Amino acid sequence: MSTTTKPVNQKAWFLILPVLVCVAFSAIVPLMTVVNYSVQDIISPERRVFVGTEWFAAMMRDDELHGALLRQLGFSFSVLLVEIPLGIALALSMPAKGWKSSAVLVVIALSLLIPWNVVGTIWQIYGRADIGLLGYTLQRLGIDYSYTGSATDAWLTVLVMDVWHWTPLVALLGFAGLRSIPDAYYQAARIDGASKFAVFRYIQLPKMRGVLMIAVLLRFMDSFMIYTEPFVLTGGGPGNATTFLSQYLTQKAVGQFDLGPAAAFSLIYFLIILLLCFVLYNWMQRVGTQKVEVEQ
Amino acid sequence: MNDERRFQKRTIFLLLYILFALLPIYWMINMSFKTNEEILSSFSFFPQQFTWANYVRIFTDESWYSGYINSLIYVAINTVISLAVALPAAYAFSRYSFLGDKHVFFWLLTNRMTPPAVFLLPFFQLYSTVGLMDTHLGVALAHLLFNVPLAVWILEGFMSGIPREIDETAYIDGYSFPRFFVRIFLPLIKAGVGVAAFFCFMFSWVELLLARTLTSVNAKPIVATMTRTVSASGMDWATLAAAGVLTIVPGAIVIWFVRHYIAKGFAMGRV
Repeated sequence: MSTTTKPVNQKAWFLILPVLVCVAFSAIVPLMTVVNYSVQDIISPERRVFVGTEWFAAMMRDDELHGALLRQLGFSFSVLLVEIPLGIALALSMPAKGWKSSAVLVVIALSLLIPWNVVGTIWQIYGRADIGLLGYTLQRLGIDYSYTGSATDAWLTVLVMDVWHWTPLVALLGFAGLRSIPDAYYQAARIDGASKFAVFRYIQLPKMRGVLMIAVLLRFMDSFMIYTEPFVLTGGGPGNATTFLSQYLTQKAVGQFDLGPAAAFSLIYFLIILLLCFVLYNWMQRVGTQKVEVEQ
Repeated sequence: MNDERRFQKRTIFLLLYILFALLPIYWMINMSFKTNEEILSSFSFFPQQFTWANYVRIFTDESWYSGYINSLIYVAINTVISLAVALPAAYAFSRYSFLGDKHVFFWLLTNRMTPPAVFLLPFFQLYSTVGLMDTHLGVALAHLLFNVPLAVWILEGFMSGIPREIDETAYIDGYSFPRFFVRIFLPLIKAGVGVAAFFCFMFSWVELLLARTLTSVNAKPIVATMTRTVSASGMDWATLAAAGVLTIVPGAIVIWFVRHYIAKGFAMGRV
């Protein structure tokens, strides 16, 4: 929200009331149900025993959960490491005007509009050695590639799939940020004889800061919640190489029907995301303001 | 000359990326025009025995095409509700300060951060209790969880870009709040509404987990219909590919309509 002083008006609460009602229905009631489950041992619908923090303690000690969390962190940071620079590079390369600009925008945005399980399906087909272009080509090149057989291949395929799927979001946001830079800035830079890198570092990057912040946060949250694509592509395997947090949670809650532990895990999961996003958000805001100070 | 070479480097990079982006999609389109026998027996860049059979199957089998209709219905309901509740809220956040405004704003965003997997079971029970299971409205309401916060976030950015003097002038001219909002303010943030609608459409259209959990027959979305084919014994690759191609079509149409807003829109937003 902008920092300029705004008039105090408590009646504004009425304007946000509809949002509160909608979101509360879909957020607070389910969340309280989860809290309720997390402190009970549900033996049958009629027989429930209050167990306090037992499930939380059990989940904190759960080795599989630790494994899934580490894999998740590794995956999410890899996603950011690849997609943010690639997205910025794409935004800088996209034509700014004319029909070419429109065409490139539409082509690049296409992967964002594909349902997530179709994304999984596309790569499932694409990566198969017998019928898929990617798998077939790699086999022909003499690389023993199989996303169902090798843990490394499966992990890399999920990563490449995510890069394919989501880099366009970073590129679109970056592109929008670049378009907001007035021509005068570039002219001034040309008169000063600034190098391409200097233009990027002192004009383009600061101007993209706001949108890039959104991009980093969105990519981080969404990759941390990834479920559907690996579910379709690898089913979490081979072994548990691509079993990320959501997969593990769904296995527990739906597969094994361990409501108590699953609920405790849900809350821990939610808190981890909240904490990481909060830290990331504050850190990026600080980095941004420091940069502005240096320029002045 | 230096500039020219750089220009070429950029173009090559861009073309390479577009190739990377389009090849997997092309491969699915290619397969959707083949028969299952051809897919499994030979390897070719173009269908050797070109066939529309896969598409005909989808358009004539109700269990397939009703999936598309169901998805479109709940996505439309969701987009309309999301925008309707997010517009006044975004206005409140961008124009006034009130008790707890920052906390509510952050709380809204936390809903965007909740993994759907966390809410799977409680949603199932809640929606069964209130009788919303297997209805379009049920899925639409569930998707509000992540779409409303996003819509508020985007719209708030756009509205903050409009100077407050415009509001004040209108009030002095005797406009009531609803009339001012619809007649003057909405046209000014048209691009923002377009971008917000685009994102609501997109996130509701692509979501699988909640949509699959909350539906069984009457409101079953196409994405759930497709997983059924995946788990069936003996993969029906050709139909699966054709169904996948058809799920891309609505998205492609929507992108075409908002293509101008995407770029201009964000630039006016929270930069």
